[in-house]
Amino acid sequence: MSQTISLKSRLSPRRTLIDGAFRFFLYLSIFISLGMIFWIVSSLWNEAGWLLSWDLLTNYPSYDIDNAGFQSPLVGSLWVVGIATLVALPTGLLTALYLEEFAGKGNKFSRLIELNIQNLAGVPAVVFGLIGLAFIVRGFVKWGFTVGSAAAVIAMLMLPVIIIVSREAIRAVPPSYREGALALGATPWQAVWRLVLPSAIPGTATGSILAVSRAIGESAPLLLLGALSFVTFNPTGLDSPFTIMPLTIFKYASDSREEFQILASAGSLILMAVLFILNLIAIILRDIATRKRNV
Amino acid sequence: MSNDLQTKQFHTEIVGNNQGSAAQMNEVKSGPRIIDPVFTLEDVSVSYGKYVAVTDVNLQIPSNDITAFIGPSGCGKSTLIRTLNRTNDLIPGASVAGKVMYHDADLYDSKASAVEIRRRIGMVFQKPNPFPKSIYENVAFGPKVNGRPKKSELDEIVEKSLRGAALWDEVKDRLGASALGLSGGQQQRLCIARSLAVQPEVILMDEPCSALDPIATLRIEELMMELKKEYTIVIVTHNMQQAARVSTYTAYFVTEVNPLGDLRTGKLVEYDETKKIFSTPSDPRTEAYVTGKMG
Repeated sequence: MSQTISLKSRLSPRRTLIDGAFRFFLYLSIFISLGMIFWIVSSLWNEAGWLLSWDLLTNYPSYDIDNAGFQSPLVGSLWVVGIATLVALPTGLLTALYLEEFAGKGNKFSRLIELNIQNLAGVPAVVFGLIGLAFIVRGFVKWGFTVGSAAAVIAMLMLPVIIIVSREAIRAVPPSYREGALALGATPWQAVWRLVLPSAIPGTATGSILAVSRAIGESAPLLLLGALSFVTFNPTGLDSPFTIMPLTIFKYASDSREEFQILASAGSLILMAVLFILNLIAIILRDIATRKRNV
Repeated sequence: MSNDLQTKQFHTEIVGNNQGSAAQMNEVKSGPRIIDPVFTLEDVSVSYGKYVAVTDVNLQIPSNDITAFIGPSGCGKSTLIRTLNRTNDLIPGASVAGKVMYHDADLYDSKASAVEIRRRIGMVFQKPNPFPKSIYENVAFGPKVNGRPKKSELDEIVEKSLRGAALWDEVKDRLGASALGLSGGQQQRLCIARSLAVQPEVILMDEPCSALDPIATLRIEELMMELKKEYTIVIVTHNMQQAARVSTYTAYFVTEVNPLGDLRTGKLVEYDETKKIFSTPSDPRTEAYVTGKMG
């Protein structure tokens, strides 16, 4: 005699419903976020895709639609964000290392720093712009409306984000690595340099991508630092005047002629492509770092 | 070898007569006096903040032999072993009172370097903690942080250490493979090889087999018997049979709960030759524990 076993779900209809509803909202969220990106890109593409050409990247901004392009703002954006990243990434990573590994836990001083960093991350970008205007463009440094001033301000903007994500990444490194290294007679610094830091790089990279992506689209603080000027040459150094992609796009978009508004859309497409490429590079670098770690 | 053994027994007998009264007065049985001990602990207590984890420990640990710490959870045996190479320094608020002598040097002397101490006194942890690097790099880590060995020297050290930990034959063809791909037992032997590579005098093992299956455990035990010819081993174990199988001396600890029941403090009850602890212990609490009536 074989027994009949029912393997049918015993979940109550209510549970099954909640289950289904939950799954529905998950898919809905994914759909909304992907849909937004798709919608933005496709509407820009429909409007200005046909305009994209190599000339757009090699021409300088101009009032003449046939010769107008994005070379100097594109190069300017890369200069500003590149230098800001070069400054903010090591500084942020080292600050995070200090706070996580060397500052005494629960130490009042380090808790004060921590609180300040979290507050800084929430300060509106335009406030950083004002500080830059007062202290770097004028004030003590008197650097003027230059790439250097802009990079300094963008670096300030990126720092809190980089510090916070780096700390998370460092905290996620198992304490057993440190213990193991120290038990072999490594100094705390050696343990950090040879084990903690390499293990924290993938996490730090992910956060830094975010910081860089936000910085490249940032316009409010640079508005105050001279980026709105009409610059028809590439920056040659830290002391050069400059302009950036978002503000050039804004300028074209606010022109009354329709061709310029389409040009602005084309600029947005270029900016998105740059963002995409930067993200891709960072992801590849991160994967290489992860793979190297797990040889 | 046989000479050594005789000397030890001889000394044990002398202590039995000489120290008996003193030990009874203190109610601390400091056990056999050991000739030329590696560690001498006098009235050692370890606290975390205000909480005393283990107190009144007096014992001597012999060289080139295996000494086991046994006792129920919370009796402070892990805490105690971690004070022997200052791994406890890493825990905020940890403090040591009393004297912990390593040969004739005070481990907690203000001039003693924790880094140098940990190089001489290695540690293997409860959970295997290989670094996220290749097998070769795991073993080479210690020599690398302690100097800049040549590649040929390093190759030699790696092979010798892996052979010493009975792992060479299993991994010699894949030294470049990730250590994380090894089985649990292999990982633990790799961790042992890693500590051998810095040529310590002592290897502390904090429950080295508790995460391993019986066969892997057996291999580690065989390895320990082999290693004690050249190294001094101190092992913390939950497994009484393990202590009985591998160790020459055993210290039994208990947990004492204060009248309020909110604080637990570890105490050394009895320290003696393993065969005596397991056959004719002098303290009824030890007897209850080793016969399985308690714990």
